[in-house]
Amino acid sequence: MSYHILSPDAPSPLQNFQRSINRRQFFGKSATGIGTAALAGLLGSESGAASFPNEKAKAKRVIYLFQNGGPTHVDTFDYKPLLTKLHGTQLPSGYAEGKRFSTMTKDVSSKLVLNSLEPFARHGESGAWVSGLFPHTAKIADELCFIKSMHTDAVNHAPAISFMLSGAQIPGRPTLGAWLTYGLGVEGADLPGFVAMTSISKGTSCGQIFYDFYWGSGFLPSKYQGSKFRGMGDPVLYLKNPDGIDPKLRRGMLDDLAALNEIKYQTTGDPEIETRIAQYEMAYRMQTSVPDLTDFSDEPQHILDMYGPDVTEQGSYAYNCIMARRLIERGVRFVQCMHAGWDQHNSLTTELYNQCRDTDQASAALVTDLKMRGLLDDTLVIWGGEFGRTPFIQGDINNRPRWGRDHHPYAFTTWMAGGGVKPGITYGASDDLGFNVAENPVHVHDFQATILHLLGIDHEKLTYRFQGRQFRLTDVHGHVVKDILA
Amino acid sequence: MDDETSAKRFITPGDADSSELMYRLQTDDPDELMPPAKSHRALSQKQIDTVKRWINEGAPWGGHWAFESFVGVEHDFQGRNPVDVFVERKLKELNISPNKTAEKHTLIRRVSLDITGLPPTPEEVDMFVKDASPGAWERTVDRLLASPHFGERMAWDWLNAARYADTNGYQGDRERTMWPWRDWVVDAYNKNLPFDQFTIWQLAGDLLENPTEEQILATAFNRNHMINGEGGRIAEENRVDYVFDMTETMGTVWLGLTLNCCRCHDHKFDPVTQKDYYSFTAFFNQTPVTGAGGDPQMKPVLAVATTDQKQRETELSNNYKKALDDQSAYARKIAPLQKEWEKNYSSETKWTVLEPISVKATKTTLTVLADQSVLAGGENPDRETHTVEYQPATESITAFKLEVLQHESFTNSGKGLSRSDSGNFVLSEFEVTAAGKPVKIASAVASFEQGGLTINKTFDGNANSGWAVLQQGKVDRPHEGVFFPDYPVKGPLRITLRHDSVHKQHFIGRFRISVTDDPAPKAGKSGQAFRDALKTPSEKRSKEQNALIGKTFRLSEPVYRKLQATTRRAKNALDTYKKSIPKVMVMEDMINPRKNFILNQGLYDSPQDEITAAVPSFLPPLEPNKSANRLALANWLVSSDHPLTARVTVNRIWQMIFGTGLVKTVEDFGVQSEYPVYPGLLDWLASEFIESGWDVKHLLKTIYTSETYRRSSVIHSPSFYESDPQNRYLARGARFRLPSWMIRDQALAVSGLLNPETGGASFNGYQPPGIWEEATFGKKKYQQATGDDLYRRSLYVFWRRIVGPTMFFASSKRQICEVKIPKTNTPMHALSTLNDVTYVEAARHLAERALLSASIDIDRYHFVSERLLARHPSSEELSIWTRAHHRGRDYFQSNPAAASSLLDMGDSKRDESIPAVEHAALTNLCLMLLNLDETLNKE
Repeated sequence: MSYHILSPDAPSPLQNFQRSINRRQFFGKSATGIGTAALAGLLGSESGAASFPNEKAKAKRVIYLFQNGGPTHVDTFDYKPLLTKLHGTQLPSGYAEGKRFSTMTKDVSSKLVLNSLEPFARHGESGAWVSGLFPHTAKIADELCFIKSMHTDAVNHAPAISFMLSGAQIPGRPTLGAWLTYGLGVEGADLPGFVAMTSISKGTSCGQIFYDFYWGSGFLPSKYQGSKFRGMGDPVLYLKNPDGIDPKLRRGMLDDLAALNEIKYQTTGDPEIETRIAQYEMAYRMQTSVPDLTDFSDEPQHILDMYGPDVTEQGSYAYNCIMARRLIERGVRFVQCMHAGWDQHNSLTTELYNQCRDTDQASAALVTDLKMRGLLDDTLVIWGGEFGRTPFIQGDINNRPRWGRDHHPYAFTTWMAGGGVKPGITYGASDDLGFNVAENPVHVHDFQATILHLLGIDHEKLTYRFQGRQFRLTDVHGHVVKDILA
Repeated sequence: MDDETSAKRFITPGDADSSELMYRLQTDDPDELMPPAKSHRALSQKQIDTVKRWINEGAPWGGHWAFESFVGVEHDFQGRNPVDVFVERKLKELNISPNKTAEKHTLIRRVSLDITGLPPTPEEVDMFVKDASPGAWERTVDRLLASPHFGERMAWDWLNAARYADTNGYQGDRERTMWPWRDWVVDAYNKNLPFDQFTIWQLAGDLLENPTEEQILATAFNRNHMINGEGGRIAEENRVDYVFDMTETMGTVWLGLTLNCCRCHDHKFDPVTQKDYYSFTAFFNQTPVTGAGGDPQMKPVLAVATTDQKQRETELSNNYKKALDDQSAYARKIAPLQKEWEKNYSSETKWTVLEPISVKATKTTLTVLADQSVLAGGENPDRETHTVEYQPATESITAFKLEVLQHESFTNSGKGLSRSDSGNFVLSEFEVTAAGKPVKIASAVASFEQGGLTINKTFDGNANSGWAVLQQGKVDRPHEGVFFPDYPVKGPLRITLRHDSVHKQHFIGRFRISVTDDPAPKAGKSGQAFRDALKTPSEKRSKEQNALIGKTFRLSEPVYRKLQATTRRAKNALDTYKKSIPKVMVMEDMINPRKNFILNQGLYDSPQDEITAAVPSFLPPLEPNKSANRLALANWLVSSDHPLTARVTVNRIWQMIFGTGLVKTVEDFGVQSEYPVYPGLLDWLASEFIESGWDVKHLLKTIYTSETYRRSSVIHSPSFYESDPQNRYLARGARFRLPSWMIRDQALAVSGLLNPETGGASFNGYQPPGIWEEATFGKKKYQQATGDDLYRRSLYVFWRRIVGPTMFFASSKRQICEVKIPKTNTPMHALSTLNDVTYVEAARHLAERALLSASIDIDRYHFVSERLLARHPSSEELSIWTRAHHRGRDYFQSNPAAASSLLDMGDSKRDESIPAVEHAALTNLCLMLLNLDETLNKE
């Protein structure tokens, strides 16, 4: 990395700052200036909670492939032969009693069982069951750790997603990515530590919205908030210079601006001015690093092909997957790719197929690509949604084109890969209908505690004081799922 | 150990060493240690020493300071500003010598931005700088407090607290019209409405005796919460969420208490119990809102009209009344003719077949046959639309008949009605225009309807639904449908048959149109009812029958029909106008109150003990013998013995001015809050606020006229900085980044672009393309404002809740109540002020003004500096400005196209008489100056 130099003799604003940290003649040893912490964050690793990560950390970074809308577990990875047998018959008793569903499901006891749409088969040495809807994922089955006993507290999308990502159903808490950048700091200096991207399948009828609290920092300082890279136009807002202003002219302007701000600093002594100088420098660097990030011309064709035909289309899931890899290569700590459209209330026989087609290949390619580059060992990849879908039908069993399933929080499946997770295993199980958890339940808070653990963080110790109490991602709950740790 | 009695079991007052507590704090035994090892928290030695000292001093037990009433508030300041007395006393104690008063140009910029959110004009700077007379400062403060922009500045923070936005939030994010309330807030601040009234009106204006429209409007405060219209949501669950939001907002804004954790359990630290929480919610639990749906004007609402609007509404209302009167008068005039008309009425409906004068189809070839029916031949496309025009002679068409006919070219050897697989058709829409205007079809009847594919689906505006006639698996006879317009019409006619359903090739193959002027056409129920009525001897007719005959008779009269049409138009005009008047959601309590319960875990469907509206026992009681409603709550909050409201409010004001509150945790005055840096000052300000009659301007003036406010913000030495890095004791003036909205307003003001118009509907400012579209999957399209509207103050920018205006970085989200001012400093902010067209355009205008007002560069620099920084640049700065300016000039001279590109940014026009290269070079310099740290800060 090259830093621009103000003039042949003068150090850059950043060097200037480093010098000022070193000299300490102004602020003394404690360096308690507000600007100091912020700048340290820009310059290298900075941690909000000094004791992390511990030496056991296997993962250094996370890519969360969040499948928005509630992927149907019984049609994807949770194979239930009994569904075939009971297809079209009334839901047996003993499963749904006392359970709450969305208002779309009334009178659960009269519901009919719906078979998995596509046949399942076992794959790899691990013999993992994967539906025919996921031919590419099937090929990497031996890299994956399936958790089939996930369960959550919420039945509607926004609260359930918020719960999964921030540990609370009501918006306003920091999300996983924010906690991690707060706890671990950022590795690179040219990009934010936490990046979120969104996509949606073409032609879906889903109307779900991506709320920015899905990657919010809640009460943590706003610098820990996920930077949303946009799916159209410049990925970062206001990244382009104004029309007619070329990089050289801008560079000159920023040098002069830094010089003027330096004068101001000398006369007023406000350390925040030094932070501002550094932030303007960072802004300039993002103006070059982000276009470089999104320029795929350095990717060999066979890599692009591996991610599938949509890979070069900005805003597609495949594009976001390869971007995720490029981001973590550049030091980004947490990448959150959210893909909406899994909410098939009445479109299983059509839209589920599109949804799998749009996500299967790129998800598998990402894991393979990371592995080929040796990045999978310390990168944790997570695939999963906010809940599963009902093993019973929503809609008319005689009207196949309108088959659907409703939201189902009582058992669902996610998978993890890399980053210190045992490959090629299945953990936990749902009952014979995929209705309730049958063994080794993993609650959302357990899941979160496990992710933090993999990154070398004790979930009970990563706290932030707000409104008079210590908050943490897992609230007052959560147990690390030790059996899946490599 | 939560109360004195239980705590004292572990404490021997005066003897720390024999106190159990001290042992527990210091023991090596992990099982006995407090806090437990498992909690990963430990007390520092300093903290342990403090406990020890406290026990040795006798362990005096007291309540939490913020919940105690005001006692021992100082009152004798010997004519000095009390703010200064408190501050200087403490600084002396800390041995910090305060800064001197700031330079006059710094002061005038500081106070102008603080009070109005706008920078001073050069004239205002000049006037103040030159005014050496006593009272110059006070006069300046008075002038600014009297500015209409004062209310706009104050409103911003209040809007953040009130989670004001222009949409609902959540999926759908529908637009609402709450802005009359926003304008009321501005106005209330400008009129200096006392804060107790400001409180009572907003929380309970509707419950005052004979409330004015303004007092009801004020209650919109409570209704600014998000509304969830997501499908599948339970109405009651939504409603309970709204009640929680109202309660918690009240808690944060007035009590400085974070109540939300008490949804599920008693507060861990504060004496607020779960029962207290639900007792608070009971005050807000009585609105008629059900929580169903996502109507952004969910009742109760108040239509807020301006005086002009009210006058216009009266006019329209009078027009309507007059039209109605004329109609009735004519009805009375013709009434005697009814008998004769009844006698001559023919019971057979006469249909007139219409001759097509032009036919048009999308793909097929239409031919008019001898019987005037239209045949679709040629191609056999999946979807099809037929359009036919007619010139009927009939003056008053009361019904259209569509005959669907067979033809030899059709399916099933010509028995079918189309060339589809079954011979069936699906008519998705039947549309008529008469004399160019769309005709509304009120009802229709059909010879046969296939299941849910009813004829009513042909005028429901939905292309996916339609009318079909498959009967017992086949189509083997002609069919007909009769359509009744809501009012009789006359030609020329255009009739369109749309076939857009998913059923391929299901378009009508042959059809014929007839019309009638029969006032009660035979088809359909109403026609039959009319005939039955007519057959009934007049003395035996029911009231309904008489009415039906009378109505049918009158409608047969052309003059009456004309009068009726006039009435209808007048009514439409009135209704449309009423709709254009913004409706603001306001508060109202139901006559039959809801019961109130503690909800287990905050779940709407887990009610536990029934409770009533009440306030927590650790605070003063409600006024006795009054019903415990919102009005009682509001009165309680502003009662003179309430310990929290005044403290919390003055603290928020202090934060606005100095960047940090006297209590840093502005949102939390509970036990876990920060102890105030100046407890005596906080209490004095609070009690003075109450005693002044909750006079906001008086409070502000007291602070602004203090020496403390006016101190220079310069950090002149390392030891000075170290003595108070966060400037909590205020030995120096506050220096911090302006809020992003103020940075924009400042740029507009200095460039001369600002449109100072106040109030009115919100506008869409500059925003990069696709922000709304991406967040809503294209459902919400961003339509940027044009012309002067673009340059209105930030307060009026439209706030879409799910994706707020991108130009306001580091801003409150306006989703829930927020009272803390974020002071972040990120690269995204830099990108925004460097590259957003808002700032580029402002730079261009500032440059233009400088170029037009001065002929040499040095004078232009001074022109810009006076406006932006309220001062003249130093020679050191000038040399850098010159260098920067020259670099731009060189660049644009060799890239004249770049100059035009830069100058093209922004909607406003530029003065073409200025050479482009000169203009662009100075624009680039001005853009740099808009990004100076000094520009972005108040100092």
